[in-house]
Amino acid sequence: MALLDLPLRVVLYEGSGAVSVDADSRLAAVNALLERGFAVTRAGSERPLAPADATPLLVVGRWQEEVPPTGEATAKIRWGSLDPTTVADQAEAARAEFSAPTPGAWRPWFPVIDYDRCTNCMQCLSFCLFGVYGVDDGKRIQVQNNDNCKTNCPACSRVCPEAAIMFPKYKAGPINGDVVSDSDLNREKMKIDISALLGGDVYSLLRDRSERARSRFGKERDSDKALAERQKCLTKLAALAGDIPPEVLMSLPSPEEISRKAAEAAAKAEAALAAQPPQTA
Amino acid sequence: MSQSTPGPQPALLYCHCQYAQVVSPEVKAAVLKKLCESNLPFEAVPDLCELSARRDPSLKRLASAGPVKIAACFPRALKWLFAAANAPLPLGATEVLNMRNQSANEVLASLFSAELRPNLPEGKVTLADAPVSSAAPTANQP
Repeated sequence: MALLDLPLRVVLYEGSGAVSVDADSRLAAVNALLERGFAVTRAGSERPLAPADATPLLVVGRWQEEVPPTGEATAKIRWGSLDPTTVADQAEAARAEFSAPTPGAWRPWFPVIDYDRCTNCMQCLSFCLFGVYGVDDGKRIQVQNNDNCKTNCPACSRVCPEAAIMFPKYKAGPINGDVVSDSDLNREKMKIDISALLGGDVYSLLRDRSERARSRFGKERDSDKALAERQKCLTKLAALAGDIPPEVLMSLPSPEEISRKAAEAAAKAEAALAAQPPQTA
Repeated sequence: MSQSTPGPQPALLYCHCQYAQVVSPEVKAAVLKKLCESNLPFEAVPDLCELSARRDPSLKRLASAGPVKIAACFPRALKWLFAAANAPLPLGATEVLNMRNQSANEVLASLFSAELRPNLPEGKVTLADAPVSSAAPTANQP
């Protein structure tokens, strides 16, 4: 399936040729569809809706006639019944028929850059070892590989000196998109200073701790005990590292690989910075 | 702060934030219930983050519909989620209601108010000053 296949949209139609449904049935239908990952349009005449596009549609209603009033199905439209107990299954069937993408296959965790704040300093590109960031033709930082991002890891947002990197599903501000305060900026700067004091390379610090933890696990004979110890160490490490998930720490590449990737990222960032026009004071 | 603007009735968009537990289920449930009781047309999407991640073309459709009120999360996040999908929201015609830190009653009062109070952060209005995304949509689709 092509990545850009359009997702199915479900239209709840209650206009001419169909009878209106009660609010409870409408709510049950909308809930069932949203929880299965389908976008829903509730059509009406009082306010504008976003205009139609090429998205395949399933139009559901309680039709007055057997055949929906607007005629036969076209290549991009299927008709169905506005029955809250079956509407999600109808949508699944239409989705399969159109070969539309399956929603919810990936938890959407990825950085979103606030370009009102971003100064294109490339610290995020230098920091991220997973190739999430890159630069465009104009040497501006951008998120290029969303799905390389490690779920629940907000580490790159913590190295951004301008708090310009958001993870909208993060628990707290300003990383979640909340307004950035002066104290947030000071805190972010302090984190960078702290990491510099610790050796200037956060990944090096994490890697060393992770390696020490791994070494300890290797000496354990009892697997349950080893697992317990591992969890204890990771909990401690995660606390020390902020809120970087343990599974991210444990998935860090080998020291050699880290060095290689860090050098590559730094070179990319340096090249992008060198290509920027000189700043005027 | 932007002034409220009279004009055409805004479209209504609701985000269910389906793939995270960061919005209170009670708030979401109350907002969606009232939307369904309202008899007003509306758009409801499972998760705007997911749509942004895969550069879903429906974001362009939603952003180009004119004035819009969006029940979702933080305005700053919304502005750049849409921008990341090359579908910038109209800066002067978008009001974001934040279900993460507003009560359901507050969200609903603004959602159904005749007034539109644009509240996207001011700055670069469109992507003109920001890189146009050349990123591939997430490959984690089957």
